[in-house]
Amino acid sequence: MAEVTTEQPVKLTPKDFQTDQDVRWCPGCGDYSILKQVHTILPQLGIPREQLVFVSGIGCSSRFPYYTETYGLHGIHGRATAIAAGLKATRPELSVWVVTGDGDALSIGGNHLIHLLRRNFDINVLMFNNEIYGLTKGQYSPTSPEGMVAKSTPYGSLDHPFNPIALALGADATFVARSMDRDPAHLQQMLLRCYHHPGTSFLEILQNCNIYNDGAFELFTEKATKKAHTVFLEHGKPLVFGEQQEKGIRLDGFTPQVVSLSDYSVDDLMVHDENDINKAMILSRLFEMNNGTVTYPKPFGVFYVRKRTTYEQALQKQMEQISEKLGAPDLNKLLRGRETWIVD
Amino acid sequence: MVKRTIERLEEVVIKFAGDSGDGMQLTGGQFTNTAALIGNDLGTFPDFPAEIRAPQGTLAGVSGFQLNFGSKEIYTPGDQCDVLVAMNAAALKVNLNFLRKGGTIIVNTAGFDAKNLKLAGYADNPLDNGTLEGYNVIRIDITKLTREATADITELGMKEKDRCKNMFVLGFLYWMFDRPMDHTLQMLQTKFAKNPAVLEANVRALKAGYHYGDTTETFTTRYKVDKAPMAPGEYRNIMGNQALALGLVAAAQKSGLKLFLGSYPITPASDILHELARYKNFGIITFQAEDEIAGICSAIGASFGGNIGVTTTSGPGMALKTEAIGLAVMLEIPLVICNIQRGGPSTGLPTKTEQADLLQALYGRNGECPLPVLAACSPADCFSAVYEAVRIAIHHMTPVIFLSDGYLANGSEPWRFPTAEQLPDIPVRFAEPASDHSVFKPYLRDERLVRPWARPGTKGLEHRIGGLEKEDFTGNISYEPENHEHMVKVREEKVERIADFIPLQTVEGPERGEALVLGWGGTYGAIKAAVTQLQQEGYRIAQAHLRYLKPFPRNLGTLLLSYDKVIVPEINNGQLVKVIRDKFLVPAVGINKIQGVPFTKMELVQRIKEQLG
Repeated sequence: MAEVTTEQPVKLTPKDFQTDQDVRWCPGCGDYSILKQVHTILPQLGIPREQLVFVSGIGCSSRFPYYTETYGLHGIHGRATAIAAGLKATRPELSVWVVTGDGDALSIGGNHLIHLLRRNFDINVLMFNNEIYGLTKGQYSPTSPEGMVAKSTPYGSLDHPFNPIALALGADATFVARSMDRDPAHLQQMLLRCYHHPGTSFLEILQNCNIYNDGAFELFTEKATKKAHTVFLEHGKPLVFGEQQEKGIRLDGFTPQVVSLSDYSVDDLMVHDENDINKAMILSRLFEMNNGTVTYPKPFGVFYVRKRTTYEQALQKQMEQISEKLGAPDLNKLLRGRETWIVD
Repeated sequence: MVKRTIERLEEVVIKFAGDSGDGMQLTGGQFTNTAALIGNDLGTFPDFPAEIRAPQGTLAGVSGFQLNFGSKEIYTPGDQCDVLVAMNAAALKVNLNFLRKGGTIIVNTAGFDAKNLKLAGYADNPLDNGTLEGYNVIRIDITKLTREATADITELGMKEKDRCKNMFVLGFLYWMFDRPMDHTLQMLQTKFAKNPAVLEANVRALKAGYHYGDTTETFTTRYKVDKAPMAPGEYRNIMGNQALALGLVAAAQKSGLKLFLGSYPITPASDILHELARYKNFGIITFQAEDEIAGICSAIGASFGGNIGVTTTSGPGMALKTEAIGLAVMLEIPLVICNIQRGGPSTGLPTKTEQADLLQALYGRNGECPLPVLAACSPADCFSAVYEAVRIAIHHMTPVIFLSDGYLANGSEPWRFPTAEQLPDIPVRFAEPASDHSVFKPYLRDERLVRPWARPGTKGLEHRIGGLEKEDFTGNISYEPENHEHMVKVREEKVERIADFIPLQTVEGPERGEALVLGWGGTYGAIKAAVTQLQQEGYRIAQAHLRYLKPFPRNLGTLLLSYDKVIVPEINNGQLVKVIRDKFLVPAVGINKIQGVPFTKMELVQRIKEQLG
């Protein structure tokens, strides 16, 4: 969360964040919904447009800055996180957002992402995950499932995919959450949580690419299946899910189990604790436990959050401490150095 | 009492050579500082192995430090040494070729035992078999004498005492060249303030070396090198990378901007990062990024935020930064990219010098991607040249490539440093919202074709820019055929117009003549020394040394036509010469050396003569 002081409260509407540029995503793309939810929450932040900067890399998602009336930088492939880091280090008062995709953030930009997360700059990373390369027209991505038939894998992909949540937790991210394009209310809520978290916020947004990977997340987004296959995480609440909220997740030691609430009481269930890294780790792998006989749901919401000094705070503090020790800058003294001699 | 003679010398080259753990860099540095304080002009060049601790006693592990000091103007670290200090057999073997006939060798005889001889690949001892005939060999068992001098310091073991050998050598050389020990004694006091036993051992070794010369009757000649006639003023000694770092700090101070360095460690550029990391009270932010790409990208982010973004690297790092440099060209934001060149290609010769990245700097990006390129010509010149690079970057809203090299980076020379007041101003003008509240046009250009710099946080200037081709003025994405051609030409022309804001090229020597020796970068000193000698021999030749490699100074073309011949010496396979031939259609010829080491004066003299026929 960037601390911004303004003389008067700023009253803006979502419309104030639309630009004069035509939005050029394919009709029906999940990106439209994400853009809309972002534009919806921005006025709620209470900060003026000029204090916001959207930085992106390359890919469909990375066109985002052109459609948002703030400062924006459309960078190069995979490097939005690195660009944003330099901006935030020098301008900590700005609210900096990174918009990226699964290819941009996890493939070509994987290195910068993990380092951004461990350093904990106060930057909000919105990673649109559609499990496909859209802009380059349909190759598999680092989150595509094994065996995926795509343009570059006519006989099926051999790559084992990344689990973005587990990756972010592994990189010591201080805020890790998941949402989806098709649940506006939840997405808005998660975007606001990202903004209010002081540190790097990593939000994976499942986003449908209706051209190259249509229906990849149907199970979680469609009314008919959503309740049975998703569990929405809420701090302090037991993990309940199912068509009739009839199932829950119970911990047997470190192993999560799907149980029926006819056999167990709600009190037996795993209670979500956003501040518990071990529980977050378990939840990050929950859906991967699906084995054909038991159906594990995919968690949405905040997996993990903790407070840790942000990079720019530590930087600021060190700059101040050292400056105090070394005294006011004296360029002439610096240029003279320690030893000089005079030639007459 | 022996009769001692004092011989006056105009110029002396000393090479300190030993195992990489023998402290030769420190010894050389101390002798250098003392020479500078006495008022000699000087040039230095360290020569160390890429390995931090190569196996002891081997040829690969030899570390050297060459120093040229004199009572006249010194342009280079010297061609051949007059005095070679060899701490072991390997050091002798590696460096004997660079010693002039009749020169002096100071050897540590303890470094020539059977083991050391074997490691150096000597079948029998060169001290005894006539190899060194014709040289003035001074044999001293430095190890033994150092141990004796420190014998009663019981707190230290033999290993720690042996580490003081270099101080014994230094003391001996101080005696030999009639130099005071004060400066080094002071340095030792500071360095070992917390370790009295080590301090005592070093002081004793230093003094023992000095007194050894004084009392041993074998040495009958001492040498004196008087003050050099230098321009009046206050001087300090400075290394290239240090000068570069100070130039950046000064530019930040004079522009009133925050400076952000995004960098990844790489030889021989890392010292700039180390140096700048110390100046936090000057508002300098240093960021050791996760890789070269993040180094430059974070700097781009800082520049976009209204700061001076800088990245420092060497050849392989430049290759990695290429795409991001292209982005900076498209964004048209101020950014300074410092390439401390080393031997290439690929990993190449990390600790050796070369100037083979010129074509990369000029052309090495996808698309038509022009930007200004500047190069420093001496260690101290790194200060003013990088200062100028920052000025151009800000004044013309463009990334700038600044070229130095390993030779300049680690070399040192006396520097008549400027005062802050003497430095040219670097005015900064950020865009302000139009009074009529019209939409901000991020690519609206002035007469220099420079676009406005809008600082995020400024109300009314919200705008989006990126690497996609854009429409001029509005900055909106545009794939229109005519617009692209227009933008390519505008970006090129914008860089060319910088020529109106840089000085005309100067020449040292006659305005017309047989030949112009045209150089750039770290070869300045060697060319200067060679051309000066040739002028003294009666040749009508002149020297021009380019700081601005893109755009060239406006008068360069005319200037080249004033000489019968244009000769371009370079530490590469012929790069500037290609550009000159291409741009000016003159039959320039190259003199090239690609051995990881600088030109010597004598080889340039000879090769220029060959060209003159």
